[in-house]
Amino acid sequence: MSAEQSPKIVIVDESPIRAAILEEGLREAGFTGVVHVSEMQGLLARIYALDPDVIVIDLENPSRDVLEQMFQVSRAVRRPIAMFVDQSDAASIQASVEAGVSAYIVDGLKKERIKPILDLCISRFNAFSKLQDELERAKSALEDRKVIDRAKGILMKMKGFTEEEAYVLLRSTAMREKKKIGEIAQSILTASELLK
Amino acid sequence: MTGSLRIGFIPLVDAAALIVAVDKGFTAAEGLDVTLVREVSWSNVRDKLNIGLFDAAHLLAPVAIASSLGIGHVKVPIVAPFNLGVNGNAITVTPALHADLMAHLEGDSTDPMATALALARVVEKRRREGAEPLTFGMTFPFSTHNYQLRFWMAAGGVDPDEDVRLVVLPPPYMVDSLANGLVDAFCVGAPWNSIAVDLGIGHILHFVSDVLVRAAEKVLALRQSWAEKNPDSLAALVRACGRAADFIEQNHAEAAQILAQPDRIGVSPEVLQRTLDGRLKVSPSGTFRESSRYLLVGREGAARPEAIQAAWLYAQMVRWGQIPLSPEALGTAIGVFRPDIYDAAMGTAPPATGAEIGAFAGPPFAADDVIGHLKAFRISRWKS
Repeated sequence: MSAEQSPKIVIVDESPIRAAILEEGLREAGFTGVVHVSEMQGLLARIYALDPDVIVIDLENPSRDVLEQMFQVSRAVRRPIAMFVDQSDAASIQASVEAGVSAYIVDGLKKERIKPILDLCISRFNAFSKLQDELERAKSALEDRKVIDRAKGILMKMKGFTEEEAYVLLRSTAMREKKKIGEIAQSILTASELLK
Repeated sequence: MTGSLRIGFIPLVDAAALIVAVDKGFTAAEGLDVTLVREVSWSNVRDKLNIGLFDAAHLLAPVAIASSLGIGHVKVPIVAPFNLGVNGNAITVTPALHADLMAHLEGDSTDPMATALALARVVEKRRREGAEPLTFGMTFPFSTHNYQLRFWMAAGGVDPDEDVRLVVLPPPYMVDSLANGLVDAFCVGAPWNSIAVDLGIGHILHFVSDVLVRAAEKVLALRQSWAEKNPDSLAALVRACGRAADFIEQNHAEAAQILAQPDRIGVSPEVLQRTLDGRLKVSPSGTFRESSRYLLVGREGAARPEAIQAAWLYAQMVRWGQIPLSPEALGTAIGVFRPDIYDAAMGTAPPATGAEIGAFAGPPFAADDVIGHLKAFRISRWKS
């Protein structure tokens, strides 16, 4: 490719949502040649066929080891591929590994041209995991509410409490035992199962 | 003393000493609080060790050397004070390739020279027929599996770069790739060979102990800077692994139960025990083969990282064109393996005789004569 054109970027990621987030970010930043590869079978052949300048892969992907093969001297490779991060890039390696992403580039692509791509990947990966955390938290909050509702029901039935009294008892017990209301509610459910 | 450690591992049987050291409480008894982190790729293990997200790792011995030499990736000096496994790999082939090899075999099928010559005949026949070259899967460019496959086939006259294709496959994908014809054979550690045989899609052609009597496989790897800053924690970790290795060798069944846990290796204890016992089902029809050398976790001094093993691995890197030959690099490679730390931690004296490699082809290997080793082999990427 001519180094002045938009480099061709291949995203290797089995998560379609994360890949979409990344692709969108790259396009917004003006990188138009983005291809997403989600099929891991025959990955190397696919990459050689696409002939990218930059490859981005998530660290949860075992196929990262397949990409390491591209560093090796082999006639199968038309162009040598090197890891973007070199000796002087300790901070970049740290940031990318912590974000869960790694990038490989074809030798010869200027560092200044790669840096914005990698920075963007890192920030999008971080945004994605934040999103996932929030989703997890929302899910567990919903789960907690269900458990609390059932525990309240048990207390109302067994003790003749109103819903509010049941909730006050759960909350004060939780505070006294320094636990979450969800945990107290869960122990009520467990106890009532055992006593059935 | 740093008491709290994060240690990365790949779910393979040769992570056993590390897993058992933690799960049997041997690390806790040494005052260490270890969190084991299961990883999906050697690249991840290497990178996370290099940048300090891990304090230690279960690592391919050649990756520890490559990191210290700065080949393939960033240069980070690594020390290996404990050898987690000797041998343990096997070469598995599809039933079709197995039949083809047996049809071209002269001699004993457990003799690696006989099978390597048979492979050369099969390669030649396929070339005449215009068939695609055979594809062999291995786990990493800097892996024992890569070097063991190459050493074996080259002895029979098969050039691993010209006559066949060698491709990297993550261990969890090996079996699928064999089943759907992406590879004709692979070299990998346990339990994957046994899983292919149990599924009826592979024959174990060789235990790697057929090819090399003693091959350092995985090491306990640490950054040299960390090791220098934390000598007490390091010694404690080595002792805990030593105790675990002894325990494993004496209690295969219990060790297999521990390793079978879903957050550890996560396959059935029966398959794991076969590996520890060195009694493996080698063909789908149910033939078993036994070897006392299949995988050595701690017995016969297997846990001591011997200089000769590092030198042999370095020699393979040179032979296959991954690095030029230089006395400095050889010294660096040998310096990765630290029997001195092992001896001091375990309180044992160095053995009177050095360990051997015991390859089935070529002259006996000597760490001080890498050139002699390289000159002994015709098929090579090394130019003298």
